[in-house]
Amino acid sequence: MVQDKSLGRRLFIFANYLILFVASLICILPFVNLLAVSFSGSAAVAAGDVVFWPVDFTTKAYEFALEGSQFLQSLWVATQRVVLGTIVNLILMVLTAYPLSKTKDKVMGRGIYMGFFVLTMLFNGGLIPSYLIVVKAGLIDSIWSLILPGALPVYSMIILMNFIRSLPEEIEESATIDGAGPMQILIRILLPLLKPALATVGLFSIVGHWNSWFDGIIYMNNPDNYPLQSYLQTLLLNFDQIMLRAGTDYSELLAQMNVRTGRAAQLFLGTLPILIVYPFLQKYFTKGLVLGSVKG
Amino acid sequence: MLRKLRQQRAFHLMLVPSIILVFIFSYLPFYGLVIAFQDYNPGLGFHSPWVGMENFEHVFKQEKFLRTIWNTLYMSIFKLVGGLVVPVIFALLLNEIKHLKRTFQTLVYFPNFLSWVIMAGIMIDILASDGIINTFLSLFGLKPVSFLGNPSIFPWTMIVTDIWKGFGFGTIVYLAALTGIDPGLYEAALIDGAKRWKQTIYITLPLLTPTIILMAVLALGNVLNAGFDQIYNLYSPAVYESGDIIDTYVYRLGIVQAQYSIGTAIGLFKSVITSILVVLSLVLAKKVAGYRIY
Repeated sequence: MVQDKSLGRRLFIFANYLILFVASLICILPFVNLLAVSFSGSAAVAAGDVVFWPVDFTTKAYEFALEGSQFLQSLWVATQRVVLGTIVNLILMVLTAYPLSKTKDKVMGRGIYMGFFVLTMLFNGGLIPSYLIVVKAGLIDSIWSLILPGALPVYSMIILMNFIRSLPEEIEESATIDGAGPMQILIRILLPLLKPALATVGLFSIVGHWNSWFDGIIYMNNPDNYPLQSYLQTLLLNFDQIMLRAGTDYSELLAQMNVRTGRAAQLFLGTLPILIVYPFLQKYFTKGLVLGSVKG
Repeated sequence: MLRKLRQQRAFHLMLVPSIILVFIFSYLPFYGLVIAFQDYNPGLGFHSPWVGMENFEHVFKQEKFLRTIWNTLYMSIFKLVGGLVVPVIFALLLNEIKHLKRTFQTLVYFPNFLSWVIMAGIMIDILASDGIINTFLSLFGLKPVSFLGNPSIFPWTMIVTDIWKGFGFGTIVYLAALTGIDPGLYEAALIDGAKRWKQTIYITLPLLTPTIILMAVLALGNVLNAGFDQIYNLYSPAVYESGDIIDTYVYRLGIVQAQYSIGTAIGLFKSVITSILVVLSLVLAKKVAGYRIY
């Protein structure tokens, strides 16, 4: 492209960088503030002295979070949920996407199957009937209530299906001639080829399970079974009670750590896993996005 | 045909686990919708007495419900429009620069990945009367604003923060579309004497329009979902009048107050309208942008 070095152009470029810079800061500063608050002393936070840098640096709020059994308990539930949920999602997605990637003369009733799954993306029974089904299935207070209702993420399955279709057919044909059945082809030949696509939809699942909170709130009667985000949600409402329940000397605790610092520390800990996987997330989410939503 | 089925047996068997699970958790709830036409009693279950359309009549007579519909539409339409305009502008600006493109992209995309629970925790803090936003405003001599407690400001807080959280996502979609534009077009335009601004108006925007329309059409199906996660975590009784949306209302009425039949009736009403909108949006998307989900 020909370079335009006029004054107007330069001014524009300068203003442009400025706007982009400010907009990016606006997206990231709230987290910097959160981090600063979480490491600050109770009095400094209460006085409103903390902006983007900790004042009276202390790790008291983190000690409280990591000593309090409730935080660790819900972190453990969330970890179980992410691991189990993602494994279930991946298995079902692969098992569903492979047959559906075939044409209808290779798999009879393919259209019907497809309609059966896609319909659930468009219509659903709504909150209360779904809740009643989970109750009837006896899953209340069980981790499976967080996994089974969304066991097959249809959108991700479609991404995977389109990916399988883009693979050259000859690979499968030659394996068939060698006498391999569909299950063998799927496991031995397709799975290795599917790795990048599985990374994409797997990350969708991981983030989805990690961030879900509402199902935890409605399907778990006992707060001990809350996954982390559900616990954090109750934390927003009544941090005082959680501090009281922690048992240790309440007034002493309050002097070193207040509601805001305590909450900030736990919220930041809840963000940490996302921050760690963010580089991968960005890469694969962008891929999945382009694969799934803006293909011509 | 039977022989064919036997040959394909493995494929059909692979589908069985998904079919069973989807049937139980997505299709059986459809049956549960009957309680919208019943006076549901947990002891009797689905054999509760039938009341016809009574629940619906009851709901529509309530001024409160009509207000939640208004709130829902109000907030979601502004979120939809802002959620289209802001990322387009941002993507256009980002497209003009050479350095730091990825850095800016990474920063604005980040809030997309956090749950509204985390976001709400942060926002409650920064939007508080002594939070950083109000501290900043006071530098200009402005009075503290009650972003979350004032019913006339609350919907706008929801609209702005939702756009803030989500615009990085749209930016990436539009940026992908922008990189697909043939550079030859710009060179040709330059030879004809068109500067950047003219190029943007006559080349970039028209070529971006199909993507914008596609995004708008797909968002249409969501117009009755004004953002349950966000609003539920940020509202309070003080702002119910302007902040309550259909989903939060169903939750409070249906689950918290255990009025299963009324809650289901509202949910059903919403599902029907949403389904029509979703189908309409998919048909439109196919017509105007040649887009198919599968």
